[in-house]
Amino acid sequence: MIEVRNLHKSFGEVKAVNDMTFEARDGEITGLLGPNGAGKTTTLRMLYSLLPPDGGDIRIDGLNPTKDAMAIKTTLGVVPDSRGLYNRLTARENIRYFGELHNLPKQTIEERIESLTATLDMSDFIDRRTEGFSQGQRVKVAIARAMVHQPQTVLMDEPTNGLDVMSTRALRKYIRSLKDTGQSVVLSTHIMQEVAALCDRIVIIAKGKVAATGTVDELISRSGSDTIEDAFVQIIGSEEGLMA
Amino acid sequence: MKGIIVVLKKEVRENLRDRKAVFNSLLLAPILFPVLLIGMTWLGTSAQTERAERVLEVPVVGAEQAPNLILYLEKHGMVVKPAPDNPESLVKSQKEPVIIRIPETFGEQWQAGRPAEIEVIIDSSRPESDIPTSRVKGLLSGYGSEIGMLRLQMRGVSPIVMSPLLIRDIDLSTPQSRGMIFMLFLPYILMITAFMGGMHLAIDTTAGEKERRSLEPLLINPVPRWQIMMGKLIATAIFGMASLVLTLIAFRITLPYLPLAALGVDLGLDILAMVGILLVVAPVALMAAALLTVLATYAKSFREAQSYMGLVILIPMIPTLMFMSDPVKPEASMMPIPLFSQNLLIGELVRGETVPVQWLLYSAAGTLIFAFALIAFAATLFSRPRVVFSDA
Repeated sequence: MIEVRNLHKSFGEVKAVNDMTFEARDGEITGLLGPNGAGKTTTLRMLYSLLPPDGGDIRIDGLNPTKDAMAIKTTLGVVPDSRGLYNRLTARENIRYFGELHNLPKQTIEERIESLTATLDMSDFIDRRTEGFSQGQRVKVAIARAMVHQPQTVLMDEPTNGLDVMSTRALRKYIRSLKDTGQSVVLSTHIMQEVAALCDRIVIIAKGKVAATGTVDELISRSGSDTIEDAFVQIIGSEEGLMA
Repeated sequence: MKGIIVVLKKEVRENLRDRKAVFNSLLLAPILFPVLLIGMTWLGTSAQTERAERVLEVPVVGAEQAPNLILYLEKHGMVVKPAPDNPESLVKSQKEPVIIRIPETFGEQWQAGRPAEIEVIIDSSRPESDIPTSRVKGLLSGYGSEIGMLRLQMRGVSPIVMSPLLIRDIDLSTPQSRGMIFMLFLPYILMITAFMGGMHLAIDTTAGEKERRSLEPLLINPVPRWQIMMGKLIATAIFGMASLVLTLIAFRITLPYLPLAALGVDLGLDILAMVGILLVVAPVALMAAALLTVLATYAKSFREAQSYMGLVILIPMIPTLMFMSDPVKPEASMMPIPLFSQNLLIGELVRGETVPVQWLLYSAAGTLIFAFALIAFAATLFSRPRVVFSDA
């Protein structure tokens, strides 16, 4: 459960996040939809406590990312925009490294790697060095290392960015399975199709503010449009930076 | 604290798998420097012995003035070359290192029993003329004293009267203290090694991590950021130290092949001296690791970091260059200065001197204080958004 109240963040003159309020419930997939530069990545970075907010309040399961940074990080699984892997380590070693950083017992780490390898279909390349991996393989490893500690809350920044159709479908299936186990999933995207296909609840962001929230159906009826795409365009006020 | 160890282990393992990193950090210095030093010493000694043993060929102007002297010189192995027209210009243009000129007044002065003048034309700014010059002067004064003794004996005076003083050299330099080139360069080489050994890791673990976009995911883990930084910094320091140890071992192995005997030099780089040197330089490796890590963390890419490193490598040169132009006597007050103190102490150790324990402590303390200040600063760097995100 994530609660964000009146969140602010500026970089010099630029107000990247300007009075943002929304929430993300457990057992639901919440999509942050907005054009490039709307403030999605900045918001996520404040959620996973890599950036301190200038104002406002964030609670994740009651914890504050600034004050309880270490506690919150043990409950968060994050797939950030940066998905760099260590090329001289194998996929398994990359995941194990993050498990060790979470201070998990050896045995547990190995068991989780086995089960994630099965779920994410990584058995072909789990023991290969990640040098030369395809985008799809890289994203899978990045997700696996973010999930190795079985986080209650999952944050993903543009998870399907750069993936082919097959990998995108597999990834969506995996994200849905997280929701079924009661986790709270928040993903950011600028692809309308993605939210329509995946999200229970949508937070539309433009210019650092929340432009609208609701389910797909609610947003369509509220805007008086026929399709979800028209609804988004109407709410945001422009088509710029969005992708069908 | 467990976070430090996890990060440290991963950085060491990852970099040991990288051939470039292993070569640059661990093998380059131990291979390059002994080869360089042996080469330099060989060149130096072979040129010196060659000059000392070569047949001495000297042009003599006015040889006809002193036939007996010429006979004496030839009897002692000197080849007398015919007189050139302009001896000064020959020496100036470096065609001859030394020329003897016997003025026309020679015979007259000789007959009168007054000191007869002989000119030795040299250019003392040319080091290669030192040996022929001293050989020529040695022969001339040998002839002079032989004649002097004969004259005294003819007058019924014992030649001993001529030697009121008997000067005997008691040289306190141990054979070790004559290993000049080695002494001058070993501290410098070891300083450079301490810096070079950690360089690749310092860049790879910070700027490299940013460049391959793995820093942000790493920092999301529930490990305090200063611990992550420490793990990286210690890994860098370990590589620097390993490089130092390997370089010292390489010197130990190659030292017997140095033509030091020809120089009259015996360098006792025994195990004890090596351990001593290692202890003296170890704080430098830590300081270098901290300095390199701080600089590389500010860089956005591997390339940018490398361009900073080119300048850093000049830092350990400063004391060596200063001592080359102006050698100083080591004193306790110099010991807290990083790099300078190590330079002096290694010199003392190689020379086989006993160094006061106090100096060692001052040196280590001075450098470690500096190192820890840098480390404390490094520890804060991953908490600065501007350092972590290149786009923020």
